Amino acid sequence: MHEHIDSIKLYALVFIGLIILTVVTTAVAFVDLGPFSVVAALGIAVCKMLLVALFFMHIRHSTKLTRLVVLGGLLWLFILLALTMSDFVTRGALGVPGR
Amino acid sequence: MASQSHVETLALREQFDTAGQQKDASTLGMWLFLITEIMFFGGMFLAYSVYRGIYPTIFAIASTSLNVYIGAANTVVLLCSSFTMVLAVRAAQLGQRRAIIVFLVLTLALGTVFLGVKAYEWKEKFEEHHIPGQAAFHLEGVSADQQGHAQLFFSLYFAMTGLHALHMVIGAGILTVLIFQARRGKFTADYMTPVDVAGLYWHFVDIIWIFLFPLLYLIDRHLK
Repeated sequence: MHEHIDSIKLYALVFIGLIILTVVTTAVAFVDLGPFSVVAALGIAVCKMLLVALFFMHIRHSTKLTRLVVLGGLLWLFILLALTMSDFVTRGALGVPGR
Repeated sequence: MASQSHVETLALREQFDTAGQQKDASTLGMWLFLITEIMFFGGMFLAYSVYRGIYPTIFAIASTSLNVYIGAANTVVLLCSSFTMVLAVRAAQLGQRRAIIVFLVLTLALGTVFLGVKAYEWKEKFEEHHIPGQAAFHLEGVSADQQGHAQLFFSLYFAMTGLHALHMVIGAGILTVLIFQARRGKFTADYMTPVDVAGLYWHFVDIIWIFLFPLLYLIDRHLK
């Protein structure tokens, strides 16, 4: 079998990166960035997710089918969030009674 | 008719052509399960986003009442457990039995620390009367007629952190079984699929927390 075995050094670097991002996101939370506080917090969370998924969950080495399935899952999540929020934020836009 | 060309082993069941094919099927199956979990937690993230949109100021006051330092420390604990988990999987890939056990035990210990800290945080909520449904519920800085909206925040807080903690408890159970199986020498470099897919589960639960932490603890912190 040709399994990819990553080095401990690589895992350690990813781990250190995750810890640094945790410290950064906590520190940035105390700075008033207005609406960008949410953007910064979620942006850093997405970076951490990518680090965990690509390296710790071995997406880097996984088959094309597995990658496609994972992307498909994220697409469904996007549909869930985007369609519901597009309804929710635009409900008042037309002044429909009963809002 | 396919010919019976191989002897059935844990690493190569009869229905698969090669061990690699069996491994890929297991990984894919675990990812499919994790996607159902993404949608499961996704619904709660969505509910949180909508209610935060309706009651932004109340949610900001409620969110800043959480202890951000405990939350950040617990995030670090969970990331450490993910690191030891990935080392356990690596040890399994190399067939190092002792190392598998050591790293699985470390992961279990760190997971237990996370749950302990979480339990402490929940206990604080009881003392502060921040339990939704409690007759004595009271959030400081919120007018009497809006206490119900503050209860919404804490309902979502307990639902989300509670379900996350339930996944941690299940993960701890899986790790315990794996530790016993590893002690019996079940896992070798050729067959370590249970350790591998348990790793996927553990990292997934970590990712959920990676999003829960900023959403619950951080995004309104600057308003305080």
